[in-house]
Amino acid sequence: MAWTKNVLRVNLTEGTCTNEPLNMDWAEKYLGQRGLATKYLTEEIDPKVDPLSPDNKMIMVTGPLTGTCASTAGRYSIVTKGALTGAIACSNSGGFFGNELKNAGLDMIIFEGSSKKPVYLYIEDDNVQLLDASELWGRSTWNTEETIKANHGDPMIRVASIGISGEKGCKYACVVNDMDRAAGRSGVGTVMGSKNLKAVAVRGTKGVAVKDGARFLKAVAEAKQVLVDNAVTGQGLPAFGTQVLMNVINETGALPTRNSREVQFSSANDISAEAMAEVRASDNKSNLVATAACFSCTIACGRVSEIERTHFTVKDRPEYQKASGGLEYEAAWALGAATGIKDLDALTFANFICNEQGFDPISFGSTLAAAMEMFEAGDITTKDTGGLELTFGNAEVLCTLAELTGKAEGFGVDLGLGSKLLCAKYGKPELAMQVKGQEFPAYDPRGIQGMGLTYATSNRGACHLRSYTVASEVLGIPEKTDPLESDGKPGLVMAFQDATAAFDSAGVCIFTTFAWTMDDLTPQIDAACEGDWSTEKLLEIGERIWNLERQFNNAAGFTAEDDKLPQRLMKDAAKTGPAKGLTSKLEVMLPEYYQLRGWTPDGVPTNETIQRLNL
Amino acid sequence: MQKSLNINPDKCTGCAQCELACSYESEGVFNLSKSRIKVFKFHDEGRFVPYTCTQCSEAWCQQACPVDAITLDLATGAKIVNDATCVGCKVCTIACPFGTINYIADKGVVAKCDLCGGDPECVKVCPTNAITFVDANWTGLDKMRNWAMKTDSGSQASA
Repeated sequence: MAWTKNVLRVNLTEGTCTNEPLNMDWAEKYLGQRGLATKYLTEEIDPKVDPLSPDNKMIMVTGPLTGTCASTAGRYSIVTKGALTGAIACSNSGGFFGNELKNAGLDMIIFEGSSKKPVYLYIEDDNVQLLDASELWGRSTWNTEETIKANHGDPMIRVASIGISGEKGCKYACVVNDMDRAAGRSGVGTVMGSKNLKAVAVRGTKGVAVKDGARFLKAVAEAKQVLVDNAVTGQGLPAFGTQVLMNVINETGALPTRNSREVQFSSANDISAEAMAEVRASDNKSNLVATAACFSCTIACGRVSEIERTHFTVKDRPEYQKASGGLEYEAAWALGAATGIKDLDALTFANFICNEQGFDPISFGSTLAAAMEMFEAGDITTKDTGGLELTFGNAEVLCTLAELTGKAEGFGVDLGLGSKLLCAKYGKPELAMQVKGQEFPAYDPRGIQGMGLTYATSNRGACHLRSYTVASEVLGIPEKTDPLESDGKPGLVMAFQDATAAFDSAGVCIFTTFAWTMDDLTPQIDAACEGDWSTEKLLEIGERIWNLERQFNNAAGFTAEDDKLPQRLMKDAAKTGPAKGLTSKLEVMLPEYYQLRGWTPDGVPTNETIQRLNL
Repeated sequence: MQKSLNINPDKCTGCAQCELACSYESEGVFNLSKSRIKVFKFHDEGRFVPYTCTQCSEAWCQQACPVDAITLDLATGAKIVNDATCVGCKVCTIACPFGTINYIADKGVVAKCDLCGGDPECVKVCPTNAITFVDANWTGLDKMRNWAMKTDSGSQASA
């Protein structure tokens, strides 16, 4: 129950698809999704493997709650060794694809090897086939999804695919499903492209069962009410989406601006949720046209947007005048504040292109911001950019480069390297705002101290979705802590990291944790899954997963030296706002964090920790 | 008082909670492909539209059935498919102008909304009240009220 107990193994080198039973001992210890697939991956690949070699594997995985009526229970993840980072990667996506996979009777698909020719995997319940994708190669994710549905004559197929950027090796390519949901970070789409796997198309009709239906429905109803009653999940996110944060974080003085030279963006309001909802004088419409939920989600933070038809990005291009996935906070920040661009429709267009061609707007925007700073300093010139003026605030250049990066053409090839390699190439490695090769998102560690430790210690490289201490430091969830203080943050970060790993592994969305504690999740797991599940057990699973990921990274060659932030955050104090005069206090927090984790001063889990967690 | 499902697509977010509740109530599993209510997504317009049987008074599915497998529930007004009688001929699926009665290949019979015996599960789980269960004689009440509010005497109508 809850798990289908069925794993599909696809060997792309041999062209074979075989079923095997799920390892239930591992399910007991790692729950599902992120945790369970990480266990499989770490057992099956050499941590030192080249992420783009056939010896790397890529796992698409659901959680035990995926496909049920638990709120937000449609999540799936892609777990692999990341192309952007060389670290463990787990990118999580919503939409409807995860549910479809579960309904086809699969807990996970393990892709191994590499196909000689482009292929896509087609699954119709037990009918599983690797099909020729030469017709699809070179197409966008949008076109791929439409073409597969048309070719099979079935509009109810769900598709997860890569765009041209993933085919051509952009280091931060995504896997996009349902047109505008993405397993976005760490270059999981790049790994998929290296395997010549264009898409996974699924139609599942088997149904998902739970252990104790009556108890499950009651637990789900109670947990949904908790979401309704919470100000963030009941009001803020449904009304404004994640973009509710733009003005809040700017006022906190933690909005990284112009490649983190500043921590506040004077035009933040122009690219905010409020701006998206504002009715334009020109056509009496707003950028925001609808609110969209992922499968089973009762929060509905998703935005649907349309660009003003006379805007320079779309005026001669009707194909982009349609509604599509609107800006989330992280994308609006990366494409906007990080680059100093305040043209909302330009950001919306660049975001459309990121979805269409399948690349991560956070890494893209941050890499472009670094390129703009190097252009300003003369390290990059128009000779390198094909004549493009990479000035901060240049909306036309953002949109041009989004399209070039999506198709890996011109200077877009350089931008596809990610900030770490790009800045190294042009001689300014210190200007890359990244940790372990992954660009950090929309919270400046000088203004929100916990996020500095979060970025430095995140197992998949800098990321906000591994321990979102913003919840505590800015929003007061579960209790308010001072964002400018580093005291107490190591414990806070650790608690968020462990809980998040467990929530991810259940198959629900991390946004539920604005309202839910583990005590809200436990009854749902316990009613759905066989065995006995307690909050203590789930928290231990979270800690076990975190340590397993760390062990993989250590074995891959990462050390405490890699738990570092860019010098700018450590040396250049914030110039304005509440954090004025502050730098990140990472050097104070990190040793305490290692100690709390039960790791050596070099960041290695001690034997005692390994034994305690039964690793 | 007889009640009817009343659907307001403007409020729908496309979350499929209604489909999950419907499939669980009727089949005991969560399965969008077994739901009697379906949410259609018009991606390029940003629109979501839940759609299901509206329980016609002169129900063409019922008229077309050659074995009288579809009967009227007098208490709820729902047209109910009797699985034991249905022969799976699918003539009802052709007769229904709206497509809201469909063949279930696994079972060899057709299925449609039965209003859950008068307490529809889809209504209970809809997070945005896009689906409500209202007085069958006044399915237009909300729309009337909204239009009434736009008249000059709107302040009185909304009181």
